[in-house]
Amino acid sequence: MTELLVPLLLLAAGCLALRRQQDVYSLLVSGAEEGLGTLLALAPALIVLLSAVSMLRASGFLDWLSRAAAPVCLFFGIPPELLPLMLIRPVSGSAALAVAAELIASHGPDSTVGRTAAVMLGSTETTLYTIGVYFGAAGIRKTRYALPAAAAADLTGFFMAALSVRLFG
Amino acid sequence: MLSVIYLFLVFLACVFGLLSGNSAAVGAAALSGAREGVTLTLGVAGTICLWSALQKLMAAAGLTKFVTAAFRPILISLFPHAGRDSQASGHIAENFCANLLGLGSAATPPGIAAVRRMRELSGSDRATDEMCRFVVLNTASIQLIPATVAAVRAEAGAQAPLDILPAVWLSSAVSVAAGLGAARLLAGLRHD
Repeated sequence: MTELLVPLLLLAAGCLALRRQQDVYSLLVSGAEEGLGTLLALAPALIVLLSAVSMLRASGFLDWLSRAAAPVCLFFGIPPELLPLMLIRPVSGSAALAVAAELIASHGPDSTVGRTAAVMLGSTETTLYTIGVYFGAAGIRKTRYALPAAAAADLTGFFMAALSVRLFG
Repeated sequence: MLSVIYLFLVFLACVFGLLSGNSAAVGAAALSGAREGVTLTLGVAGTICLWSALQKLMAAAGLTKFVTAAFRPILISLFPHAGRDSQASGHIAENFCANLLGLGSAATPPGIAAVRRMRELSGSDRATDEMCRFVVLNTASIQLIPATVAAVRAEAGAQAPLDILPAVWLSSAVSVAAGLGAARLLAGLRHD
């Protein structure tokens, strides 16, 4: 049923906007233009990061890391190939996207590793960055238990991503 | 921070490349990786632009107001103090809504405003329980439709790019619950 989600959302949002006398077509075009802006902001980071990730893949480091981490990862039911993604996820959103894109491309989008990478990316956030920005901007110095609680959410998210991919196929 | 991480990754690639005798492949990968960056950007361009257009339409259709109203009871129970302050509760609702609809960059300004207002209310540079809960809610993704991920999957030739949604929803829900649970537990344990 998820395959019609985007068309139905378009239809529903479009009809509601039309009823509010909005110029639906102009909204769509200007929204797409904003999308190009997002993309332009993301592209340079993706290019330099994918260069580094590809070097790591070619050097054999990523395979070595997966093998070294295999016992711990497999204990939690997480494919060890995903360790690099879990390490970079809390630090940088674009680096995590680069690592996940490389995993999805090299293992296939419908493989277990590819699907788990996608679910991990979709169900976690750039934790350290978010805490830094929010507390930094508000001048909060004593962050108390915010970091450990957020880390608990991240680790649960990683574990659940692997589990739910196994559950839903 | 990222500079050090980046150089460390390149350093690792060089060392492992030399040790494993793959140095020629590492050199080639530096360039082919950059090319993949361009391919990926172009490959996801269509989906990202369409999604951005749809988001604009959803905002104009008044969906954000609908979502805010639907989640108001939950937000008030999570933030009993800030929820009573009209300014803070407005920022919190706006931030929550932007996160839910995946408007990542639109979530940050109201998020910062919410923490600032909560700080004004508390009058100290020490994070309150509500601030910690708020930050946890922001660090554990509550996004309903991860469009960028779907775009990457579509570019790689996935059968149905959005068929990961049930898995994403389940793991998001459990991780948010775990984060809030951990916050509650730690708030009780530590009296610093």
